[in-house]
Amino acid sequence: MASKSSSPWWITLLGWLVAGLLCFPIFWMFITSFKTEVAAVATPPQLLFKPTLENYADIQARASYFTFAWNSVVISLGATILALVLAIPAAYAMSFFPTKRTKGTLVWMLSTKMLPAVGVLMPIYILAREMGLLDTRIGLVIINTLINLPIVVWMIYSFFKEVPKEILEADRMDGASTWQELRHVLLPLALPGIASTALLSIILSWNEAFWSLNLTTFDAAPLTSFIASFSSPQGLFWAKLSAASTLAIAPILIFGWISQRQLVRGLTFGAVK
Amino acid sequence: MAASVVSRPQQKTTAPAGLLVAPAIIALVLWMVVPLAMAIWFACQRYNLLSPDNREFVGVQNFVYVLTDSSLWISIGITLMLVMSVLVITIGLGTLLAVLFNQEFAGRGVARVLAISPFFVMPTVSALIWKNMLMHPVNGLFAQVTRGLGLGAIDWFADLPLLAIIIIVSWQWLPFALLILLTSIQSLDTDQMEAARMDGANALALFRFVVLPHLSRAIAVVAMIETIFFLAIFAEIFVTTAGGPGLATTNLAYYIYLKALLEFDVGGASAGGLIAVVLANIIAIFLMRSVARNLDT
Repeated sequence: MASKSSSPWWITLLGWLVAGLLCFPIFWMFITSFKTEVAAVATPPQLLFKPTLENYADIQARASYFTFAWNSVVISLGATILALVLAIPAAYAMSFFPTKRTKGTLVWMLSTKMLPAVGVLMPIYILAREMGLLDTRIGLVIINTLINLPIVVWMIYSFFKEVPKEILEADRMDGASTWQELRHVLLPLALPGIASTALLSIILSWNEAFWSLNLTTFDAAPLTSFIASFSSPQGLFWAKLSAASTLAIAPILIFGWISQRQLVRGLTFGAVK
Repeated sequence: MAASVVSRPQQKTTAPAGLLVAPAIIALVLWMVVPLAMAIWFACQRYNLLSPDNREFVGVQNFVYVLTDSSLWISIGITLMLVMSVLVITIGLGTLLAVLFNQEFAGRGVARVLAISPFFVMPTVSALIWKNMLMHPVNGLFAQVTRGLGLGAIDWFADLPLLAIIIIVSWQWLPFALLILLTSIQSLDTDQMEAARMDGANALALFRFVVLPHLSRAIAVVAMIETIFFLAIFAEIFVTTAGGPGLATTNLAYYIYLKALLEFDVGGASAGGLIAVVLANIIAIFLMRSVARNLDT
Protein backbone atom coordinates (compact mmCIF):
# COMPACT_ATOMS: atom_id res chain seq x y z
CA MET A 1 0.00 0.00 0.00
CA ALA A 2 3.09 2.19 -0.08
CA SER A 3 2.10 3.78 -3.37
CA LYS A 4 -1.37 4.72 -2.14
CA SER A 5 -0.27 7.00 0.64
CA SER A 6 2.23 8.82 -1.56
CA SER A 7 0.22 9.85 -4.58
CA PRO A 8 1.97 12.59 -6.55
CA TRP A 9 0.56 16.12 -6.31
CA TRP A 10 -0.93 15.99 -9.79
CA ILE A 11 -3.24 13.12 -8.79
CA THR A 12 -4.70 15.35 -6.09
CA LEU A 13 -5.04 18.21 -8.56
CA LEU A 14 -6.61 15.98 -11.22
CA GLY A 15 -9.03 14.41 -8.75
CA TRP A 16 -10.27 17.78 -7.56
CA LEU A 17 -10.38 19.15 -11.10
CA VAL A 18 -12.60 16.28 -12.25
CA ALA A 19 -14.85 16.59 -9.21
CA GLY A 20 -15.12 20.34 -9.76
CA LEU A 21 -15.99 19.97 -13.44
CA LEU A 22 -18.64 17.33 -12.81
CA CYS A 23 -20.20 19.34 -10.04
CA PHE A 24 -19.91 22.67 -11.82
CA PRO A 25 -23.40 22.78 -13.40
CA ILE A 26 -24.96 22.21 -9.98
CA PHE A 27 -22.70 24.85 -8.43
CA TRP A 28 -23.56 27.32 -11.21
CA MET A 29 -27.28 26.73 -10.69
CA PHE A 30 -26.85 27.25 -6.95
CA ILE A 31 -25.02 30.56 -7.52
CA THR A 32 -27.62 31.71 -10.07
CA SER A 33 -30.42 31.12 -7.60
CA PHE A 34 -29.09 34.06 -5.53
CA LYS A 35 -28.90 36.48 -8.46
CA THR A 36 -31.54 38.86 -9.74
CA GLU A 37 -33.11 37.86 -13.07
CA VAL A 38 -31.09 40.60 -14.77
CA ALA A 39 -27.83 39.46 -13.25
CA ALA A 40 -28.60 35.84 -14.14
CA VAL A 41 -28.44 36.54 -17.87
CA ALA A 42 -25.78 39.28 -17.72
CA THR A 43 -22.88 39.42 -20.15
CA PRO A 44 -20.21 38.66 -19.08
CA PRO A 45 -21.42 36.11 -16.51
CA GLN A 46 -21.13 37.47 -13.00
CA LEU A 47 -19.23 35.62 -10.33
CA LEU A 48 -19.27 38.46 -7.84
CA PHE A 49 -22.68 39.94 -7.15
CA LYS A 50 -24.91 41.03 -4.33
CA PRO A 51 -26.80 37.91 -3.29
CA THR A 52 -30.57 38.09 -2.96
CA LEU A 53 -33.13 35.72 -1.53
CA GLU A 54 -36.03 37.16 -3.50
CA ASN A 55 -36.15 34.20 -5.94
CA TYR A 56 -36.85 31.82 -3.10
CA ALA A 57 -39.69 34.05 -1.89
CA ASP A 58 -40.99 34.50 -5.44
CA ILE A 59 -41.29 30.85 -6.42
CA GLN A 60 -43.58 30.28 -3.48
CA ALA A 61 -45.61 33.47 -4.00
CA ARG A 62 -46.07 33.11 -7.77
CA ALA A 63 -45.91 29.41 -8.44
CA SER A 64 -47.03 27.90 -5.14
CA TYR A 65 -43.84 25.88 -5.00
CA PHE A 66 -44.80 24.07 -1.82
CA THR A 67 -47.88 22.47 -3.41
CA PHE A 68 -45.60 20.66 -5.84
CA ALA A 69 -43.01 19.92 -3.17
CA TRP A 70 -45.75 18.44 -0.97
CA ASN A 71 -46.89 16.25 -3.88
CA SER A 72 -43.32 14.99 -4.26
CA VAL A 73 -43.09 14.26 -0.54
CA VAL A 74 -46.42 12.42 -0.42
CA ILE A 75 -45.74 10.42 -3.58
CA SER A 76 -42.20 9.35 -2.71
CA LEU A 77 -42.94 8.57 0.94
CA GLY A 78 -46.25 6.86 0.08
CA ALA A 79 -44.67 4.72 -2.62
CA THR A 80 -41.75 3.83 -0.34
CA ILE A 81 -43.95 2.79 2.59
CA LEU A 82 -46.25 0.75 0.36
CA ALA A 83 -43.27 -0.94 -1.31
CA LEU A 84 -41.77 -1.80 2.10
CA VAL A 85 -45.07 -3.24 3.34
CA LEU A 86 -45.23 -5.53 0.31
CA ALA A 87 -41.51 -6.29 0.20
CA ILE A 88 -40.54 -7.06 3.81
CA PRO A 89 -42.80 -10.13 4.23
CA ALA A 90 -41.86 -11.38 0.77
CA ALA A 91 -38.14 -10.93 1.38
CA TYR A 92 -38.49 -12.56 4.80
CA ALA A 93 -40.17 -15.65 3.35
CA MET A 94 -37.72 -15.91 0.48
CA SER A 95 -34.55 -15.49 2.51
CA PHE A 96 -35.46 -17.74 5.46
CA PHE A 97 -37.77 -20.28 3.86
CA PRO A 98 -36.43 -20.62 0.34
CA THR A 99 -38.03 -23.17 -1.96
CA LYS A 100 -37.05 -24.47 -5.36
CA ARG A 101 -38.87 -21.57 -6.93
CA THR A 102 -37.33 -18.75 -4.87
CA LYS A 103 -34.47 -18.05 -7.22
CA GLY A 104 -36.77 -18.09 -10.23
CA THR A 105 -39.19 -15.75 -8.46
CA LEU A 106 -36.46 -13.24 -7.64
CA VAL A 107 -35.15 -13.21 -11.19
CA TRP A 108 -38.67 -12.88 -12.54
CA MET A 109 -39.32 -9.91 -10.22
CA LEU A 110 -36.24 -8.16 -11.52
CA SER A 111 -37.25 -8.91 -15.09
CA THR A 112 -40.37 -6.78 -14.61
CA LYS A 113 -37.96 -3.82 -14.36
CA MET A 114 -36.97 -4.48 -17.96
CA LEU A 115 -40.41 -3.62 -19.27
CA PRO A 116 -39.92 -0.18 -20.84
CA ALA A 117 -42.44 2.27 -19.41
CA VAL A 118 -43.20 3.71 -22.80
CA GLY A 119 -44.31 0.28 -24.01
CA VAL A 120 -47.35 0.43 -21.75
CA LEU A 121 -47.90 4.20 -21.80
CA MET A 122 -51.25 3.95 -23.57
CA PRO A 123 -52.75 1.12 -21.47
CA ILE A 124 -51.67 2.75 -18.20
CA TYR A 125 -52.94 6.13 -19.32
CA ILE A 126 -56.35 4.66 -20.24
CA LEU A 127 -56.52 2.52 -17.08
CA ALA A 128 -55.71 5.54 -14.93
CA ARG A 129 -58.34 7.59 -16.73
CA GLU A 130 -61.03 4.89 -16.36
CA MET A 131 -60.25 4.49 -12.66
CA GLY A 132 -60.19 8.22 -12.02
CA LEU A 133 -56.50 8.08 -11.07
CA LEU A 134 -55.28 10.52 -13.70
CA ASP A 135 -53.58 13.50 -12.06
CA THR A 136 -53.98 12.04 -8.56
CA ARG A 137 -51.29 11.38 -5.99
CA ILE A 138 -52.69 7.88 -5.37
CA GLY A 139 -52.13 7.01 -9.02
CA LEU A 140 -48.47 8.04 -8.88
CA VAL A 141 -47.98 6.32 -5.51
CA ILE A 142 -49.20 3.04 -7.02
CA ILE A 143 -47.04 3.39 -10.12
CA ASN A 144 -43.89 4.31 -8.20
CA THR A 145 -44.49 1.43 -5.79
CA LEU A 146 -44.69 -1.06 -8.63
CA ILE A 147 -41.68 0.40 -10.43
CA ASN A 148 -39.46 0.14 -7.34
CA LEU A 149 -40.89 -3.02 -5.75
CA PRO A 150 -38.42 -5.42 -7.44
CA ILE A 151 -35.40 -3.39 -6.29
CA VAL A 152 -36.82 -3.04 -2.77
CA VAL A 153 -37.55 -6.78 -2.45
CA TRP A 154 -34.11 -7.52 -3.82
CA MET A 155 -32.24 -5.24 -1.43
CA ILE A 156 -34.13 -6.33 1.69
CA TYR A 157 -33.67 -9.95 0.66
CA SER A 158 -29.92 -9.43 0.45
CA PHE A 159 -29.85 -7.70 3.86
CA PHE A 160 -31.93 -10.48 5.48
CA LYS A 161 -29.49 -12.99 4.04
CA GLU A 162 -26.75 -11.40 6.11
CA VAL A 163 -28.61 -11.92 9.41
CA PRO A 164 -27.06 -14.97 11.14
CA LYS A 165 -29.55 -17.83 11.13
CA GLU A 166 -28.46 -18.96 14.61
CA ILE A 167 -30.02 -15.90 16.20
CA LEU A 168 -33.40 -16.64 14.67
CA GLU A 169 -33.19 -20.31 15.56
CA ALA A 170 -32.39 -19.56 19.19
CA ASP A 171 -35.38 -17.27 19.30
CA ARG A 172 -37.60 -19.87 17.73
CA MET A 173 -36.52 -22.41 20.36
CA ASP A 174 -37.83 -19.99 22.95
CA GLY A 175 -41.22 -20.32 21.33
CA ALA A 176 -41.41 -17.01 19.46
CA SER A 177 -44.10 -16.83 16.81
CA THR A 178 -43.30 -15.79 13.26
CA TRP A 179 -44.65 -12.32 13.91
CA GLN A 180 -42.67 -11.90 17.13
CA GLU A 181 -39.58 -13.17 15.38
CA LEU A 182 -40.02 -10.71 12.55
CA ARG A 183 -40.81 -7.79 14.78
CA HIS A 184 -38.44 -8.20 17.74
CA VAL A 185 -35.42 -9.91 16.25
CA LEU A 186 -35.18 -9.53 12.52
CA LEU A 187 -36.36 -5.98 11.96
CA PRO A 188 -34.03 -4.40 14.54
CA LEU A 189 -31.09 -6.34 13.08
CA ALA A 190 -31.93 -5.44 9.50
CA LEU A 191 -32.98 -1.88 10.26
CA PRO A 192 -29.91 -0.17 8.75
CA GLY A 193 -30.43 -2.16 5.57
CA ILE A 194 -34.12 -1.35 5.45
CA ALA A 195 -33.36 2.32 6.02
CA SER A 196 -30.96 2.48 3.11
CA THR A 197 -33.45 0.60 0.94
CA ALA A 198 -36.07 3.18 1.86
CA LEU A 199 -33.65 5.98 0.97
CA LEU A 200 -33.00 4.49 -2.46
CA SER A 201 -36.73 4.08 -3.06
CA ILE A 202 -37.33 7.72 -2.04
CA ILE A 203 -34.55 8.91 -4.36
CA LEU A 204 -35.91 6.95 -7.32
CA SER A 205 -39.53 8.03 -6.75
CA TRP A 206 -38.56 11.66 -6.17
CA ASN A 207 -36.65 11.80 -9.47
CA GLU A 208 -39.15 9.75 -11.50
CA ALA A 209 -40.09 11.83 -14.52
CA PHE A 210 -41.76 9.75 -17.24
CA TRP A 211 -45.01 8.92 -15.48
CA SER A 212 -45.09 12.22 -13.60
CA LEU A 213 -44.95 14.13 -16.88
CA ASN A 214 -47.50 11.94 -18.64
CA LEU A 215 -50.05 11.29 -15.92
CA THR A 216 -50.26 14.61 -14.09
CA THR A 217 -51.25 18.09 -15.16
CA PHE A 218 -51.46 20.22 -12.04
CA ASP A 219 -53.21 18.77 -8.98
CA ALA A 220 -50.83 15.89 -8.38
CA ALA A 221 -47.82 17.27 -10.26
CA PRO A 222 -44.59 16.62 -8.35
CA LEU A 223 -41.43 18.72 -8.62
CA THR A 224 -40.17 16.90 -11.72
CA SER A 225 -43.23 18.14 -13.64
CA PHE A 226 -43.15 21.58 -12.04
CA ILE A 227 -39.54 22.13 -13.12
CA ALA A 228 -40.40 20.94 -16.63
CA SER A 229 -42.95 23.77 -16.88
CA PHE A 230 -39.99 26.17 -16.92
CA SER A 231 -38.99 24.84 -20.34
CA SER A 232 -41.62 26.92 -22.12
CA PRO A 233 -39.89 29.62 -24.17
CA GLN A 234 -41.92 32.59 -22.96
CA GLY A 235 -39.89 34.48 -20.40
CA LEU A 236 -36.52 33.28 -19.20
CA PHE A 237 -36.79 33.05 -15.45
CA TRP A 238 -33.36 31.56 -14.89
CA ALA A 239 -32.88 32.80 -11.37
CA LYS A 240 -36.29 31.51 -10.28
CA LEU A 241 -35.73 28.24 -12.11
CA SER A 242 -32.41 27.93 -10.27
CA ALA A 243 -34.00 28.60 -6.90
CA ALA A 244 -36.79 26.08 -7.55
CA SER A 245 -34.28 23.50 -8.82
CA THR A 246 -31.95 24.00 -5.88
CA LEU A 247 -34.77 23.33 -3.43
CA ALA A 248 -35.98 20.38 -5.52
CA ILE A 249 -32.66 18.54 -5.58
CA ALA A 250 -31.22 19.47 -2.18
CA PRO A 251 -32.88 16.76 -0.03
CA ILE A 252 -32.16 14.06 -2.58
CA LEU A 253 -28.52 15.09 -2.96
CA ILE A 254 -28.10 14.66 0.78
CA PHE A 255 -29.90 11.28 0.79
CA GLY A 256 -27.74 10.21 -2.13
CA TRP A 257 -24.52 11.15 -0.37
CA ILE A 258 -25.58 9.21 2.72
CA SER A 259 -26.51 6.04 0.87
CA GLN A 260 -23.93 5.83 -1.92
CA ARG A 261 -22.62 2.42 -0.81
CA GLN A 262 -25.98 0.67 -0.56
CA LEU A 263 -27.00 2.34 -3.77
CA VAL A 264 -24.48 0.28 -5.68
CA ARG A 265 -25.99 -2.89 -4.30
CA GLY A 266 -29.53 -1.82 -5.11
CA LEU A 267 -28.89 -0.46 -8.56
CA THR A 268 -26.89 -3.44 -9.75
CA PHE A 269 -29.25 -5.99 -8.16
CA GLY A 270 -26.37 -7.18 -5.99
CA ALA A 271 -24.17 -8.01 -8.97
CA VAL A 272 -21.52 -5.54 -7.75
CA LYS A 273 -20.87 -5.17 -4.04
CA MET B 1 -27.87 -23.33 -2.27
CA ALA B 2 -26.41 -24.41 1.04
CA ALA B 3 -28.75 -22.02 2.78
CA SER B 4 -31.86 -23.71 1.43
CA VAL B 5 -30.68 -27.11 2.64
CA VAL B 6 -30.14 -25.78 6.16
CA SER B 7 -33.49 -24.08 6.48
CA ARG B 8 -35.65 -26.70 4.83
CA PRO B 9 -36.53 -28.56 8.06
CA GLN B 10 -38.11 -25.41 9.50
CA GLN B 11 -40.39 -25.00 6.55
CA LYS B 12 -43.04 -27.17 8.17
CA THR B 13 -43.21 -25.07 11.31
CA THR B 14 -44.09 -21.89 9.41
CA ALA B 15 -46.84 -22.51 6.94
CA PRO B 16 -47.57 -18.98 5.69
CA ALA B 17 -44.25 -18.45 3.87
CA GLY B 18 -46.00 -18.64 0.51
CA LEU B 19 -48.68 -16.31 1.78
CA LEU B 20 -46.07 -13.68 2.62
CA VAL B 21 -44.67 -13.63 -0.91
CA ALA B 22 -48.07 -13.64 -2.57
CA PRO B 23 -48.99 -9.91 -2.30
CA ALA B 24 -45.76 -8.77 -3.92
CA ILE B 25 -46.05 -11.38 -6.66
CA ILE B 26 -49.70 -10.61 -7.38
CA ALA B 27 -48.97 -6.88 -7.55
CA LEU B 28 -46.15 -7.42 -10.02
CA VAL B 29 -48.09 -9.92 -12.13
CA LEU B 30 -50.93 -7.43 -12.46
CA TRP B 31 -48.45 -4.65 -13.25
CA MET B 32 -46.84 -6.75 -15.96
CA VAL B 33 -49.65 -8.75 -17.47
CA VAL B 34 -52.61 -6.37 -17.53
CA PRO B 35 -50.99 -3.43 -19.36
CA LEU B 36 -49.16 -5.74 -21.76
CA ALA B 37 -52.34 -7.63 -22.60
CA MET B 38 -54.13 -4.31 -23.08
CA ALA B 39 -51.31 -3.07 -25.33
CA ILE B 40 -51.62 -6.16 -27.52
CA TRP B 41 -55.41 -5.76 -27.62
CA PHE B 42 -55.20 -2.04 -28.49
CA ALA B 43 -52.49 -2.65 -31.06
CA CYS B 44 -54.95 -4.77 -33.03
CA GLN B 45 -57.56 -2.03 -33.17
CA ARG B 46 -58.18 1.21 -34.93
CA TYR B 47 -58.67 3.30 -31.83
CA ASN B 48 -58.16 7.04 -31.50
CA LEU B 49 -59.13 8.87 -28.34
CA LEU B 50 -60.26 11.83 -30.43
CA SER B 51 -62.88 9.68 -32.17
CA PRO B 52 -63.47 6.81 -29.75
CA ASP B 53 -66.69 5.65 -31.44
CA ASN B 54 -64.86 4.86 -34.64
CA ARG B 55 -63.22 1.83 -33.02
CA GLU B 56 -62.79 -1.52 -34.76
CA PHE B 57 -60.60 -4.59 -34.93
CA VAL B 58 -58.01 -4.25 -37.67
CA GLY B 59 -55.60 -7.13 -36.99
CA VAL B 60 -51.98 -6.33 -37.78
CA GLN B 61 -52.76 -3.13 -39.66
CA ASN B 62 -51.25 -0.92 -36.93
CA PHE B 63 -48.04 -2.91 -36.98
CA VAL B 64 -47.85 -2.63 -40.75
CA TYR B 65 -48.52 1.09 -40.51
CA VAL B 66 -45.93 1.68 -37.78
CA LEU B 67 -43.28 -0.59 -39.29
CA THR B 68 -43.57 1.10 -42.70
CA ASP B 69 -43.43 4.55 -41.11
CA SER B 70 -39.99 5.94 -41.89
CA SER B 71 -40.14 8.03 -38.69
CA LEU B 72 -40.11 4.82 -36.63
CA TRP B 73 -36.89 3.65 -38.25
CA ILE B 74 -35.32 7.08 -37.90
CA SER B 75 -36.28 7.08 -34.23
CA ILE B 76 -34.83 3.58 -33.73
CA GLY B 77 -31.61 4.76 -35.40
CA ILE B 78 -31.48 7.80 -33.11
CA THR B 79 -32.19 5.59 -30.09
CA LEU B 80 -29.29 3.30 -30.95
CA MET B 81 -26.95 6.21 -31.61
CA LEU B 82 -27.89 7.83 -28.32
CA VAL B 83 -27.50 4.58 -26.36
CA MET B 84 -24.17 3.62 -27.95
CA SER B 85 -22.59 7.09 -27.61
CA VAL B 86 -23.52 7.53 -23.98
CA LEU B 87 -22.42 3.97 -23.17
CA VAL B 88 -18.98 4.56 -24.69
CA ILE B 89 -18.55 7.94 -22.99
CA THR B 90 -19.75 6.91 -19.53
CA ILE B 91 -17.94 3.58 -19.39
CA GLY B 92 -14.72 4.85 -20.99
CA LEU B 93 -14.44 7.92 -18.77
CA GLY B 94 -15.99 6.07 -15.84
CA THR B 95 -13.22 3.47 -15.88
CA LEU B 96 -10.50 6.10 -15.98
CA LEU B 97 -12.14 8.12 -13.21
CA ALA B 98 -12.60 4.99 -11.08
CA VAL B 99 -8.85 4.39 -11.29
CA LEU B 100 -8.23 8.04 -10.41
CA PHE B 101 -10.57 8.04 -7.41
CA ASN B 102 -9.07 4.78 -6.22
CA GLN B 103 -5.80 6.66 -5.53
CA GLU B 104 -5.36 8.07 -2.07
CA PHE B 105 -5.28 11.86 -2.21
CA ALA B 106 -6.09 14.76 0.06
CA GLY B 107 -9.84 15.24 0.39
CA ARG B 108 -10.67 12.22 -1.75
CA GLY B 109 -13.88 11.50 0.13
CA VAL B 110 -15.28 14.97 -0.50
CA ALA B 111 -14.11 15.01 -4.12
CA ARG B 112 -15.82 11.68 -4.73
CA VAL B 113 -19.09 12.89 -3.25
CA LEU B 114 -18.96 15.97 -5.50
CA ALA B 115 -18.19 13.84 -8.55
CA ILE B 116 -21.17 11.50 -8.12
CA SER B 117 -23.65 14.29 -7.34
CA PRO B 118 -25.04 14.74 -10.87
CA PHE B 119 -26.59 11.28 -10.65
CA PHE B 120 -29.00 12.46 -7.94
CA VAL B 121 -30.25 15.49 -9.86
CA MET B 122 -33.74 14.91 -11.27
CA PRO B 123 -33.68 14.63 -15.09
CA THR B 124 -35.84 17.69 -15.73
CA VAL B 125 -33.54 19.86 -13.60
CA SER B 126 -30.34 18.67 -15.23
CA ALA B 127 -31.80 19.08 -18.70
CA LEU B 128 -32.86 22.67 -17.96
CA ILE B 129 -29.56 23.66 -16.32
CA TRP B 130 -27.76 22.57 -19.47
CA LYS B 131 -30.31 23.98 -21.87
CA ASN B 132 -30.57 27.42 -20.29
CA MET B 133 -27.56 28.23 -18.24
CA LEU B 134 -24.84 26.39 -20.12
CA MET B 135 -25.87 25.75 -23.74
CA HIS B 136 -28.10 28.76 -24.44
CA PRO B 137 -26.77 30.38 -27.64
CA VAL B 138 -26.91 33.96 -26.28
CA ASN B 139 -26.72 34.00 -22.49
CA GLY B 140 -25.41 30.50 -21.84
CA LEU B 141 -22.04 30.19 -20.18
CA PHE B 142 -20.50 28.19 -23.06
CA ALA B 143 -21.55 30.80 -25.63
CA GLN B 144 -20.28 33.63 -23.43
CA VAL B 145 -16.90 31.96 -22.99
CA THR B 146 -16.39 31.01 -26.65
CA ARG B 147 -17.54 34.46 -27.80
CA GLY B 148 -15.23 36.04 -25.27
CA LEU B 149 -12.40 34.11 -26.88
CA GLY B 150 -13.53 35.37 -30.28
CA LEU B 151 -14.70 31.96 -31.46
CA GLY B 152 -18.40 32.73 -31.88
CA ALA B 153 -21.11 30.64 -30.27
CA ILE B 154 -22.68 27.28 -30.98
CA ASP B 155 -26.47 27.09 -31.04
CA TRP B 156 -26.42 23.63 -29.49
CA PHE B 157 -30.07 22.65 -29.79
CA ALA B 158 -30.40 23.93 -33.35
CA ASP B 159 -27.09 22.82 -34.85
CA LEU B 160 -25.98 19.85 -32.76
CA PRO B 161 -29.18 18.74 -31.00
CA LEU B 162 -28.36 15.05 -30.64
CA LEU B 163 -24.85 15.81 -29.38
CA ALA B 164 -26.36 18.18 -26.82
CA ILE B 165 -28.66 15.42 -25.54
CA ILE B 166 -25.74 12.97 -25.50
CA ILE B 167 -23.70 15.41 -23.39
CA ILE B 168 -26.55 15.97 -20.92
CA VAL B 169 -27.29 12.26 -20.47
CA SER B 170 -23.57 11.45 -20.20
CA TRP B 171 -23.21 14.03 -17.45
CA GLN B 172 -26.05 12.39 -15.51
CA TRP B 173 -24.81 8.83 -15.95
CA LEU B 174 -21.00 9.17 -15.79
CA PRO B 175 -21.29 9.34 -11.97
CA PHE B 176 -23.29 6.10 -12.00
CA ALA B 177 -20.59 4.28 -13.99
CA LEU B 178 -17.92 5.84 -11.76
CA LEU B 179 -19.71 4.78 -8.56
CA ILE B 180 -20.20 1.16 -9.63
CA LEU B 181 -16.74 0.74 -11.18
CA LEU B 182 -15.04 2.37 -8.18
CA THR B 183 -16.83 -0.04 -5.84
CA SER B 184 -15.65 -2.91 -7.98
CA ILE B 185 -12.04 -1.65 -8.18
CA GLN B 186 -11.91 -1.34 -4.40
CA SER B 187 -12.62 -5.06 -4.08
CA LEU B 188 -9.49 -5.79 -6.11
CA ASP B 189 -7.02 -7.99 -4.30
CA THR B 190 -4.17 -5.69 -3.30
CA ASP B 191 -1.73 -8.58 -2.87
CA GLN B 192 -2.18 -9.43 -6.50
CA MET B 193 -1.44 -5.83 -7.43
CA GLU B 194 1.68 -5.81 -5.27
CA ALA B 195 2.86 -9.09 -6.75
CA ALA B 196 2.44 -7.78 -10.28
CA ARG B 197 4.28 -4.62 -9.35
CA MET B 198 7.13 -6.64 -7.81
CA ASP B 199 7.40 -8.46 -11.09
CA GLY B 200 8.14 -5.12 -12.69
CA ALA B 201 4.76 -4.41 -14.29
CA ASN B 202 4.37 -0.71 -15.04
CA ALA B 203 1.17 1.22 -14.39
CA LEU B 204 -0.16 0.66 -17.89
CA ALA B 205 0.45 -3.07 -17.83
CA LEU B 206 -1.09 -3.24 -14.37
CA PHE B 207 -4.21 -1.54 -15.67
CA ARG B 208 -4.40 -3.66 -18.80
CA PHE B 209 -3.71 -7.08 -17.26
CA VAL B 210 -4.95 -6.81 -13.66
CA VAL B 211 -7.46 -3.98 -13.23
CA LEU B 212 -9.36 -4.27 -16.50
CA PRO B 213 -10.01 -8.04 -16.30
CA HIS B 214 -11.18 -7.57 -12.71
CA LEU B 215 -13.56 -4.82 -13.84
CA SER B 216 -14.96 -6.71 -16.80
CA ARG B 217 -18.01 -8.00 -15.02
CA ALA B 218 -18.85 -4.68 -13.39
CA ILE B 219 -18.48 -3.03 -16.80
CA ALA B 220 -20.90 -5.55 -18.29
CA VAL B 221 -23.41 -4.89 -15.51
CA VAL B 222 -23.11 -1.12 -15.93
CA ALA B 223 -23.52 -1.43 -19.69
CA MET B 224 -26.66 -3.50 -19.40
CA ILE B 225 -28.36 -1.42 -16.69
CA GLU B 226 -27.53 1.80 -18.51
CA THR B 227 -28.89 0.35 -21.75
CA ILE B 228 -32.23 -0.38 -20.09
CA PHE B 229 -32.44 3.24 -18.91
CA PHE B 230 -31.04 4.81 -22.09
CA LEU B 231 -33.57 3.00 -24.28
CA ALA B 232 -36.25 4.91 -22.38
CA ILE B 233 -34.71 8.41 -22.23
CA PHE B 234 -37.63 10.80 -22.25
CA ALA B 235 -37.60 13.74 -19.83
CA GLU B 236 -34.32 15.16 -21.16
CA ILE B 237 -35.75 15.30 -24.69
CA PHE B 238 -39.16 16.47 -23.49
CA VAL B 239 -37.82 19.63 -21.83
CA THR B 240 -35.02 20.52 -24.25
CA THR B 241 -35.76 19.79 -27.92
CA ALA B 242 -39.21 18.15 -27.90
CA GLY B 243 -37.80 15.68 -30.42
CA GLY B 244 -36.68 18.35 -32.86
CA PRO B 245 -35.59 20.08 -34.88
CA GLY B 246 -37.52 17.86 -37.28
CA LEU B 247 -36.91 14.36 -36.00
CA ALA B 248 -33.28 15.00 -35.04
CA THR B 249 -33.75 13.98 -31.40
CA THR B 250 -36.88 11.82 -31.59
CA ASN B 251 -35.94 8.51 -30.01
CA LEU B 252 -38.26 5.52 -29.82
CA ALA B 253 -39.72 6.59 -26.46
CA TYR B 254 -40.46 10.08 -27.77
CA TYR B 255 -41.90 8.70 -31.03
CA ILE B 256 -44.39 6.62 -29.05
CA TYR B 257 -45.20 9.58 -26.82
CA LEU B 258 -45.97 11.68 -29.91
CA LYS B 259 -48.28 8.96 -31.21
CA ALA B 260 -49.91 8.48 -27.82
CA LEU B 261 -50.50 11.80 -26.14
CA LEU B 262 -50.29 14.24 -29.03
CA GLU B 263 -52.05 12.26 -31.79
CA PHE B 264 -54.09 10.16 -29.31
CA ASP B 265 -53.55 7.21 -31.63
CA VAL B 266 -54.02 4.37 -29.13
CA GLY B 267 -53.57 1.61 -31.71
CA GLY B 268 -50.41 3.03 -33.27
CA ALA B 269 -48.84 3.95 -29.94
CA SER B 270 -49.51 0.48 -28.55
CA ALA B 271 -47.99 -1.17 -31.61
CA GLY B 272 -44.93 1.09 -31.29
CA GLY B 273 -44.80 0.34 -27.55
CA LEU B 274 -44.73 -3.40 -28.21
CA ILE B 275 -41.79 -2.91 -30.57
CA ALA B 276 -39.98 -1.08 -27.74
CA VAL B 277 -40.81 -3.97 -25.39
CA VAL B 278 -39.31 -6.51 -27.81
CA LEU B 279 -36.18 -4.38 -28.24
CA ALA B 280 -35.71 -4.02 -24.48
CA ASN B 281 -36.32 -7.72 -23.91
CA ILE B 282 -33.54 -8.75 -26.25
CA ILE B 283 -31.17 -6.76 -24.04
CA ALA B 284 -32.85 -7.84 -20.81
CA ILE B 285 -32.20 -11.51 -21.54
CA PHE B 286 -28.46 -10.86 -21.36
CA LEU B 287 -28.79 -8.85 -18.15
CA MET B 288 -30.97 -11.41 -16.39
CA ARG B 289 -28.56 -14.18 -17.30
CA SER B 290 -25.62 -12.49 -15.65
CA VAL B 291 -27.67 -11.53 -12.60
CA ALA B 292 -29.05 -15.06 -12.23
CA ARG B 293 -25.54 -16.49 -12.40
CA ASN B 294 -24.64 -14.24 -9.52
CA LEU B 295 -27.47 -15.45 -7.29
CA ASP B 296 -25.59 -18.57 -6.22
CA THR B 297 -22.45 -16.78 -5.07
